[in-house]
Amino acid sequence: MKLIEIFRNPEHVKKIVDSIHSIVDTKKEYKIMEVCGTHTMSIARFGIREILPQNVKLVSGPGCPVCVIPQGEIDAIFSLIEQYDVTVATFGDLLKVPGSKGETLLSYKANGASIKIIFSPLDVVTLSREMTNPVVFIGIGFETTAPAIAALGKKIIEKDFNDIFIFPYNKTMPEVLKLLLLDKNLNIDGFICPGHVSVVTGESIYTPIVKAGKAAVIGGFEPVDILISIFEIIKQVNSEMFNVKNLYKRAVKNCGNIAALRLIDDVFEPVDSAWRGIGIVKKSGLAFKGIYERLNVFNNFSISVGDYIEKTGCKCGDVLKGYISPSVCPLMGNGCTPEKPYGPCMVSSEGACSAYYKYNMSV
Amino acid sequence: MCLGIPGRIVSMEEFSATVDIAGTTREVSTMMLADEVSVGDYVLIHVGFAIAKMDEEEAAKTLEMILEYSDEIN
Repeated sequence: MKLIEIFRNPEHVKKIVDSIHSIVDTKKEYKIMEVCGTHTMSIARFGIREILPQNVKLVSGPGCPVCVIPQGEIDAIFSLIEQYDVTVATFGDLLKVPGSKGETLLSYKANGASIKIIFSPLDVVTLSREMTNPVVFIGIGFETTAPAIAALGKKIIEKDFNDIFIFPYNKTMPEVLKLLLLDKNLNIDGFICPGHVSVVTGESIYTPIVKAGKAAVIGGFEPVDILISIFEIIKQVNSEMFNVKNLYKRAVKNCGNIAALRLIDDVFEPVDSAWRGIGIVKKSGLAFKGIYERLNVFNNFSISVGDYIEKTGCKCGDVLKGYISPSVCPLMGNGCTPEKPYGPCMVSSEGACSAYYKYNMSV
Repeated sequence: MCLGIPGRIVSMEEFSATVDIAGTTREVSTMMLADEVSVGDYVLIHVGFAIAKMDEEEAAKTLEMILEYSDEIN
């Protein structure tokens, strides 16, 4: 398809890589964070790091929803399965996320628990009509996914189904971005902003980044997209003139997707939320509000979120904050692999550790 | 997780559409795109929902702009 092919064209790639090499100031170090896990995966898959000048560093951010759910919230899912006769509906990404005792949705499924993988939140309604027990959906994801989960919520209330519940684990980007911006240990020069979050939110959520004197570029996910985003960030850093640049206009409108934003606003309200490795971030989660509160699994089953203590030895927290590269974790490939992950950054196909293992360990 | 896949609309209902994704067809919800799309358009699909209409003209413009700039500096 044309829309994909032109953004993978090797001649374009070469030209942009040459341009990047010619504009970098060799005396400077450019630290660029790709916020989104899908970008992390594309960067690793297309070998982008390897073709950049040495002083251009790409740092992975916290944009992998599976990775940032804290351990206590993961454990609450297993606690529900242990105590109640329910069907758990989930996106496939969560299947291998380990609980504190090493258990996973996959291991429960193998032992006979009713775990169903769904493609779309709307499939949960169809599934629930086939099941004889209550269906609980694990609602995760950022602004890209939240409208779809809000649409599910609306459908459940509209049809007055009283046997479908949701783990309210959605998170939003603006507040955590502000936190990363202020982090002196990180000192990021520019952000490749999450393209598909931006489809929903529009450009305005990135204004604080440019106000703080850092570059914010909205980019797509093909090699040309990523390279032009890097090029634009370097250009802005060199000129010290910062503005939110949308280089993914084929999908992202300045004002975002109004219908999607309205869905989020109808069903959810901002709430303080815990991020793995980062801690509680004010107003960075989404809680059901008003008539939708009855969908919250925690209001219907006697389960609770345990403490936020993370597993000993797992460096996911530091990886998510961009403090360390997955390569320096002692568990990398040595007790933590995609087949048997120790921490969530190795589980999700777009976790920074998984990307590193898949594309860098094997070469 | 925030993966979005482009698909081409082959037929439309009021709030849903059948899309062709690299040869595979599937029904997706168009409730977030209101009246914006029609048969033949490319849409970005995420977890069963079309979340954006893909604009081929804008794609070409983005690329043109960057390549022109590259020409100037190389």
